[in-house]
Amino acid sequence: MIRLLLTYLRTYRLQMAVVFVLVLLQSLANLYLPELNANIINNGVAQGDVGYIWRTGGLMLAVSFAVGICAVAAVYWGSKTAMQVGRDIRGDLFRTVESFSQLEVNRFGTPSLINRNTNDVQQLQMLVAIGLNMMIMAPMMSIGGIIMALRQDVPLSASIAVILPVMGIFIFFTVRRAVPLFQAMQKKLDRINQVMRESLAGIRVIRAFVRTSYEERRFEEANTDLFKVGLAVTRLFALMMPMLLLIFNMSTVAIMYFGGQRVASGEMPIGNLTAFIAYVMQILMSVMMATIMLAMVPRAAASGERIAEVLGTKPTIHDPESPRVPAPAGGTTGTIEFKNVEFRYPGAEAPVLRGISLVARPGTVTAIIGSTGSGKSTLINLIPRFFDVTEGSIEIDGVDIREMARADLWRLIGFVPQRAFLFSGTVADNLRYGDENAGEAELWQALEVAQAREFVEEMPEGLQSPIMQGGTNVSGGQRQRLAIARAIVKRPPIYVLDDSFSALDFVTDARLRQALKRETEEATVFIVAQRVSTVMHADNIIVLDDGAIAGMGTHGELMARSETYREIVYSQLSAEEVA
Amino acid sequence: MSARGRETAVVGSGPGKPHRGPGGFGPGGMAAMPVEKARDFRSSFTRLVGRLRPERAMVGLTVGLAVVSVALLIAGPKILARATNLIFEGVIGMQLPAGVTKQQVVEQLLAQGQTRLASMVEAMNVIPGQGVDFGAVGRVLALVAAIYLVGALFSWFQGFIMAGVVQRVVYRLRTDVDQKLARLPLKYFDGRSRGDILSRLTNDIDNISNTLQQTLTQIVTAVLTLVGVLVMMFWISPLLAVLSLITVPLSVVVTMMIAKRSQKQFKLQWKRTGSVNGHVEEMYTGHNIVKVFGRQAKAIATFDEENEELYRASFKAQFISGIIMPSMMFIGNLNYVAIAVLGGIRVASGTLSLGDVQAFIQYSRQFTQPITQVASVANILQSAVASAERVFEMLDEEEETADVAHPILPAEPRGHIIMKDVSFRYLPDTPLIENLNLEVEPGQTVAIVGPTGAGKTTLVNLLMRFYEIDRGSIVIDGVDTRAMTRDDVRRLFGMVLQDSWLFGGTIRENIAYGREGAGEEEIEAAAAAAQVDHLVRTLPEGYETRVGDESTNISEGEQQLLTIARAFLADPLILILDEATSSVDTRTEVMIQKAMARLLEGRTSFVIAHRLSTIKDADTILVMNHGQIVEQGSHDELLAREGFYAEMYNSQFLEPLIEAA
Repeated sequence: MIRLLLTYLRTYRLQMAVVFVLVLLQSLANLYLPELNANIINNGVAQGDVGYIWRTGGLMLAVSFAVGICAVAAVYWGSKTAMQVGRDIRGDLFRTVESFSQLEVNRFGTPSLINRNTNDVQQLQMLVAIGLNMMIMAPMMSIGGIIMALRQDVPLSASIAVILPVMGIFIFFTVRRAVPLFQAMQKKLDRINQVMRESLAGIRVIRAFVRTSYEERRFEEANTDLFKVGLAVTRLFALMMPMLLLIFNMSTVAIMYFGGQRVASGEMPIGNLTAFIAYVMQILMSVMMATIMLAMVPRAAASGERIAEVLGTKPTIHDPESPRVPAPAGGTTGTIEFKNVEFRYPGAEAPVLRGISLVARPGTVTAIIGSTGSGKSTLINLIPRFFDVTEGSIEIDGVDIREMARADLWRLIGFVPQRAFLFSGTVADNLRYGDENAGEAELWQALEVAQAREFVEEMPEGLQSPIMQGGTNVSGGQRQRLAIARAIVKRPPIYVLDDSFSALDFVTDARLRQALKRETEEATVFIVAQRVSTVMHADNIIVLDDGAIAGMGTHGELMARSETYREIVYSQLSAEEVA
Repeated sequence: MSARGRETAVVGSGPGKPHRGPGGFGPGGMAAMPVEKARDFRSSFTRLVGRLRPERAMVGLTVGLAVVSVALLIAGPKILARATNLIFEGVIGMQLPAGVTKQQVVEQLLAQGQTRLASMVEAMNVIPGQGVDFGAVGRVLALVAAIYLVGALFSWFQGFIMAGVVQRVVYRLRTDVDQKLARLPLKYFDGRSRGDILSRLTNDIDNISNTLQQTLTQIVTAVLTLVGVLVMMFWISPLLAVLSLITVPLSVVVTMMIAKRSQKQFKLQWKRTGSVNGHVEEMYTGHNIVKVFGRQAKAIATFDEENEELYRASFKAQFISGIIMPSMMFIGNLNYVAIAVLGGIRVASGTLSLGDVQAFIQYSRQFTQPITQVASVANILQSAVASAERVFEMLDEEEETADVAHPILPAEPRGHIIMKDVSFRYLPDTPLIENLNLEVEPGQTVAIVGPTGAGKTTLVNLLMRFYEIDRGSIVIDGVDTRAMTRDDVRRLFGMVLQDSWLFGGTIRENIAYGREGAGEEEIEAAAAAAQVDHLVRTLPEGYETRVGDESTNISEGEQQLLTIARAFLADPLILILDEATSSVDTRTEVMIQKAMARLLEGRTSFVIAHRLSTIKDADTILVMNHGQIVEQGSHDELLAREGFYAEMYNSQFLEPLIEAA
């Protein structure tokens, strides 16, 4: 974390220097006040010189102003620096993640990446903000306080050498006990919330199996655990505050006793005793503040590590240095050929896909079917290079896709993901992801093909109807159809549809496939599906089993030849219907 | 207040409610989130305080302890002042020649025209020529040390006892809420979002617990300290006390002025944070889509714009709220200067002793802390009372009607069910089930079919008495279900739902859920019957594998098999089954079908069916649409009727049927 912060803080070293100087000035001026007070007592009060008292008072006022101005300026530059650092880290994270391929995204997981880009940065930013104001103040106040104390009286300063370690030891033991307690507390809290969550989610099951009392026992256990840890934590705190106060107060008493002797023997003026006590208090206060602030560090450090991990990850998929563009002799682009393709995750024992060879030509539909985990989605995710093949190659019109610029490759593909994902904005905004310049007529036509025209027309604002983030305000089936329409608006030579009909009823599914067929007459189409009815009309059906092709051909051919295919068909329709 | 009104009110404030995590201190954390207010602060607050009632003896004790400890700690500086004075007097005394009286010194000073010094010396207890009386100083300091020690002890006792009070109150609140859950009708849970209820159960209670911990332990001491310090300050010097008091409204005004501005900036910061986070979430979730549609550059540009906005807002918020501390420090310093100067003059003129000035400075420093404490308590109390209000609301919800006093059980349970003229509606003016008549012989299968959202679970709800029927009767083996206890009714049933609910625990525990006190062999036999025994044994930890919660180590289909095993173990007379539609891989699908078929054997069963073969084999089919039973009969009868069922049947099954043939 330190290294990460230093990298980012370097840009702002001038501002940082300003903050340091300001905080130093502020600390020194603040420490000067008790000395002036001591002068009032020594030279004013003890001598009865009222004029001196007033003059020194004026000086104290001026110093107070200086402290205030320095402090505000320090806060200004400190906050600015912290927020700039936050902004920069956030920006770099976003760019880094945008450069990631699916492989890197999978490694972290999307929710974790989001969290790192948002909460973790916030943690770090907060640490810098507080660090630049309070954390650097503490050592300066301590050091300054010790210097000032030494100036008042050297032998008495020995007392600091006793008081500080006492406080340090106390804080050390408290923290050592508190940290595991806090961790335990968090665990117990998570546990009780988990039990609550479960009994809420399973309320029907619990009642159906008449297990309410069992659940209550489970809860009771978690609650008692939480009670015990909670009690230990609060009791520790109940001890901490009086103890700290006691250390403070006892220090004062001790300094009075020893200092009194120094004063009596004439080695120290009495005013210095008052100032001395003020300095010791300031030192102790800053140590305490620093400790409290330090409590933030572990959390921020964890955040920092998570951020550094992302920033340190290099994307595995790059554009080639001199990209090629496929330019087929015949004119239509879109012949895709898989040549003995293998894909395995880095470090994995077994490949996800192996020995995949197939050709898909323009004007044909290639369907992929297979059970969960057979590698269907992975296969089509190789086409837009979300992953790169680990062996073999994929070619479009004879050009290896790894030799193309990704932007060029993506321009050729209309992609409909498994989980139809819509962006916040309007229906039209979403459709225009396919083509920014598409006119309304084109949008309506795409909706028509995607069997989405009807429900968009029914929406109060038609094309301008708002879509919430993730498309949560439309149904799953509508989401899928809009995602399909989005791909159609693009009018690409290649369509890749990843299980995009699953939420549609059979009738809509059939209609959509028919309309799509007309629309994509010239295009190369890949369809992944679970339902036999979705794939059975395809020109070429690829049956995947455990990452390998278990059969290839039309529905009729496969029914005759492929055991795996028949198994799938029978599981979906009972035997008598198929026969 | 209607349930509907309450619900909308809660949705607006529910999930995004403020919670203070650890590390919520610091200038930024304090005013970061807008505080949520309770609707009826007074009554919710009173009720929250009322929950302390069982602890009133303990609370009284802690108040007593707090009074003693605060009194002692406040007395400290004042007594310490005597030590300072003794030293000061010794110093002055040494400067004076021995052998003369104080009176002579004063007269001499007056003669020299040093009137101020004269009056100071006159007010002091000086013996010329005599140095510091260390015996006296030592005695005073010993007394002060003792007072501080005892004060600290009492303060610790106070905190120690209060810790118990707080934890017990929170413990009871959690228990009450949990027990309430068990008594609430299912209507309550179906009628509102799970997130909302969960938020009450977790966030709100956590919030209350944190607040009680912080406030109860602080507030008593803070208030007492405030009062005590004020008394001492006025006692030492009314003039200086008034001077110090002026800084209070000054601080309040300054803080409020700054806070008002920073509050606005914080709101803006939250808004900007929200939009940046929203953008990040959206772009990351749609990572591939953004790429394949060539929108990456635009995504980055939008992000940069929003990031810059966020930077500006958070810088302003941080800066403005950061000014509060220096301002307070400045006002504190002004006060310090004023005391130093005016106090010094008064000492010099003999109207105040040096020790008292020192004591006063200590008091004035102690004075601001309890004020900020009380202010922050007032602030966090707002949100805690709002949380308490939501929790109380839940505790006040109407409960299930009590079970009959003298329940009866079917003498010979066989699984014979008669539904007679059953009517039911969720909402009073929307009829759902009207005069349903159905007789199911032991061992028969009833298939419930219909489009998604047709209300197929309603029937299940009524059979298992999750909901009470409005009219008519449901009789199982001759006994009206309302004459039995709910638990007894439910013991007759077994249930396998589509979303297979597993709780965080081992596979064994999850299967054992089906029947209390089931032995290991029975559990394994049930697993074997559900075709899942072999699969479990291939897992590295076998039956001890942890499932549920976030562990995704077993597939959806396997989870479903486990719930079937659970039903096998329960061995119910009547079965309710929800056939899976979700995408389960082919082999598991076959296993689930086989397991379900075995489970159905010899039991009266209700199947929410998606599979044609199940439907065709059923003895009776209930066709539901829009929450109502629209048709009822066997497969052939219904087809002959050419109604809704026939239409549905044709659209769903005809095409693949013809194609496959």
